[in-house]
Amino acid sequence: MSKKYKFIDHTADFGMQVFGSDSQELFTNAALALFDVITEMDVLKGLDSCNITVSGEDWPDLMINWLREVLYLWNGKEMLVKSVQILSLSENKISAKIYFDAYKPDRHIINTEIKAVTYHQIQVKSSPSGWKAQIIFDI
Amino acid sequence: MTTNLKKIDKYRWELPRTGAMRVPGIIYATESMLAGSSQNEPLKQVANVATLPGILKASLAMPDMHWGYGFPIGGVAAFDWESGVISPGGVGYDINCGVRLATTSLVENEIRPRLKELVDALFRDIPSGIGSTGPIKLSIPEVKKVLQGGSRWAVSQGLGITSDLDFTEEGGCMENADPDTVSPRALERGKNQLGTLGSGNHFLEIGVVETIYEPEAASVFGLFEGQVTLMLHSGSRGLGYQICDDSLAFMSKHVKKLGFDLPDRQLACAMIQSKEGTRYHNAMACAANYAWANRQVLMHRSRDVFLNVLGMGPRDLGMNLVYDVCHNIAKKETHVIDGKKQTVCVHRKGATRSFPPGHPALCAEYQHTGQPVIIPGDMGTASYVLAGTQKAMEETFGSTCHGAGRVLSRKAAKKASKGRAIHRELEDKGILVRWTGRSTLSEEMPEAYKDVSQVVEVVHEAGISKKVARLRPIGVVKG
Repeated sequence: MSKKYKFIDHTADFGMQVFGSDSQELFTNAALALFDVITEMDVLKGLDSCNITVSGEDWPDLMINWLREVLYLWNGKEMLVKSVQILSLSENKISAKIYFDAYKPDRHIINTEIKAVTYHQIQVKSSPSGWKAQIIFDI
Repeated sequence: MTTNLKKIDKYRWELPRTGAMRVPGIIYATESMLAGSSQNEPLKQVANVATLPGILKASLAMPDMHWGYGFPIGGVAAFDWESGVISPGGVGYDINCGVRLATTSLVENEIRPRLKELVDALFRDIPSGIGSTGPIKLSIPEVKKVLQGGSRWAVSQGLGITSDLDFTEEGGCMENADPDTVSPRALERGKNQLGTLGSGNHFLEIGVVETIYEPEAASVFGLFEGQVTLMLHSGSRGLGYQICDDSLAFMSKHVKKLGFDLPDRQLACAMIQSKEGTRYHNAMACAANYAWANRQVLMHRSRDVFLNVLGMGPRDLGMNLVYDVCHNIAKKETHVIDGKKQTVCVHRKGATRSFPPGHPALCAEYQHTGQPVIIPGDMGTASYVLAGTQKAMEETFGSTCHGAGRVLSRKAAKKASKGRAIHRELEDKGILVRWTGRSTLSEEMPEAYKDVSQVVEVVHEAGISKKVARLRPIGVVKG
């Protein structure tokens, strides 16, 4: 697997393309890419953990709802995600264990505010060479 | 330029009806603004909006149009109140993001010697930056009171005066705000963010009135040349983003039952007269009220900073609210269409209300001038005060532009600012800047934005608002 994700540049906002050899890797990488934008992940230790479960109507809907939930961990609960362990994943449901650190202003650096995950030009695709997703954020 | 645009006159272009469009698009711009491929995406969005049920007259775009989610930013669309839709994508994530302008009795040379102290104190005392929280901690029942009361709540807490409400769009409180439509997550996010500026393009700016174009209106608005002003740009913070996000989630499911195809999922909507439409409207009104309370608190705190630093009393400072406008909202309004009065839902996404003289929604003081329209520019150039016009009522559902609009992506702006000290460049121009975010200053540098003067020139020449005054920044606090 070469690249896990890359960022796309737009005039008023910001997006990313995420890659994975399978759906689990894709969803894991998407969550990590999100936090790579928000903070400096190197200093995170993943001291605490919690489980989350999210459902969706199809792969794109599931991806958006997953990232919404992961983003809420930061926006709503001030949790910074270090790593993700997917417990189960189908087209309509994902369960995962999230390893995180509680935000400490003197310790963690916040680089970018992400307001929301949008449906704009959302893509989640599988091909013989692997899985790929595109997600645009409102920042 | 997209070849299928038809010139109506020097400042208006028609995007003719094609495919599923129910009405044409009309774009306010000069020919040069429409040049280049960057306008292709927002024009496609203008066309997409035109396909939504109940849309009236035209899908409109202001000269600061740029690419948004679903609706373009700078987009205006009105839908029949009985048979039309309401869409969170037509309002945006930052519900009731808006601008507030206050005057003072001071002139520039009275505060120049204390400017650094003043800007530092504003930066210290007004919480700004990503996820910033403020000194006001609310319980959930108290958050609900803010959502119902808006600016009135703030005034009831002593964070403003009653006359501030007259000088706020909607009196600072939208009707039908129903906290029961707001999710626990949104309420939670509203607990600690009241009275905070936020990040990105939000700011607090000390300015000086540089030019007066309409002396009569300027005098009614309380503006004179050389005068020091205070401008605030902020919105409904995390609570508003969460309400938009929650609403998009339920509407994207709901819209499938309505039996029409959406060209873009981000255009998810509901009939205004449905349970879902009412639910969004009443939740959006809550966020709008939170934003008004937020700007009211921000102004009150800023006034305290001025009083402390300058060591003067409120009467000598004379800080009076000119107006508070929102530029991300959907509202029930009455407009005349084909000679008949009609109740409509006007979506303004990155567009400002521009009501004319004599409009019943305006306070007595502004009955002869029309509504003050506050247009912030980038932090290094200028901001404008305009007045609403009858022509806006006739052509744009009483709407005009909202700002400069980005031309460079954040990454491109960072690249363009590499090796430069933007704050020093601004300082050389007499503008003191304080900021929180690591990359805020480079992302928000003046070149990242369109020239606000060109945008304002279009709305002035097109007659959908008229220039009253131009302000020049001297001190800026960015989130």
